[in-house]
Amino acid sequence: MSAPAITMDVRRFGDSVAVVDIKGEVTASCEPVLMSAYEAAGGTNKLVLNFAGLEYMNSGGIGMIVTLLVRANRQRQQLAAYGLSDHYREIFELTRLDEAITIYDSEESALDGVVR
Amino acid sequence: MTETAGPEKVASAEQIGLSAREAQATPPRDEASWARKVDRLEVDQREGVRGTNVAGRRLTGPVQGFGKMWQKTYRMKAGSQIEPQHAIAVWKEHFPEFWPKGNRFAGALTGINPGDVALLDLALGGGVKLSTGVFVLYADQESFTLMTPQGHMFAGWITFSSEKEGDETIIQALVLMRANDPLYEAGMIMGGHAKEDKFWAATLIALGQRLGVPDPQVHTTTTCVDSKRQWRHARNIWHNSAVRSVFQPPRRSQKASAENK
Repeated sequence: MSAPAITMDVRRFGDSVAVVDIKGEVTASCEPVLMSAYEAAGGTNKLVLNFAGLEYMNSGGIGMIVTLLVRANRQRQQLAAYGLSDHYREIFELTRLDEAITIYDSEESALDGVVR
Repeated sequence: MTETAGPEKVASAEQIGLSAREAQATPPRDEASWARKVDRLEVDQREGVRGTNVAGRRLTGPVQGFGKMWQKTYRMKAGSQIEPQHAIAVWKEHFPEFWPKGNRFAGALTGINPGDVALLDLALGGGVKLSTGVFVLYADQESFTLMTPQGHMFAGWITFSSEKEGDETIIQALVLMRANDPLYEAGMIMGGHAKEDKFWAATLIALGQRLGVPDPQVHTTTTCVDSKRQWRHARNIWHNSAVRSVFQPPRRSQKASAENK
């Protein structure tokens, strides 16, 4: 499997919320990067995925997000997302991931939403 | 699973000097590979299958399923001579031909393209056929993914892909699924998983033989991703296509009935 063309940086907002800035390509090969970002966000109970830097995603990438969702559910963490273009928002709706991951329009609304 | 897929890799918007606004206006390069959003499946009748339990159904991903969540990988080494794109092109074009006997896949005449709906008749044993379908969620030159509708045995998707690992071409099927309802979950425990493993191994071996792989072997890896059952989705049983198929007349009878009208 080739090296993932992706970076994921974690920003913390207090003790309970972390935002993961996803930049690049979300595919099956990004699993180690995604899981290390998840570890870096450890200890929070609200995880927000920022997809504004998403350049490409295939069906393997959607599978990775499902796996992350399962991990988050196991830890009783709430998962949310923002920054999705119309195209990627449609993919979340098509795969019905939007029923488990709340989608917001902006970081501000996502942070408001998860803190409430 | 492939990291690079579809059209050739392109530089990012920043690298080629596009403004943020221009970048927004440029369609993502995976756009043509994904199906457009559908709320409920629509399908025409196809020759050779019963074609029930598909029209009007919603798609179901792992989030909507009932049973434990599994990831199963069936991998075959195909040597160094077969290019991944060729393997996937052959698989897409002849997909039904590699299925084990007794099972039917009636896809679109144009092959496997994003948004297509295929109708399935699957052998359950004892002469009983389960009629259901699948939706082509994603397709590019190195992979394609089928997603299941309500009533299918499992909620999830299966990705067929090929890639190079060093000099060797690997061909694989990766299933991410939960049994759709409690009845299917019981069935999976009582031999369903083994039957599914056998099904996809036989499919890969048939593909390997078509591609000229000498003595094709399939390596299966099974991981339980989530051991919890989602009891809030137990009511999925209402759509169970196996139960419904038992009470639906076989296709020949339907045709005769139509002719008698």
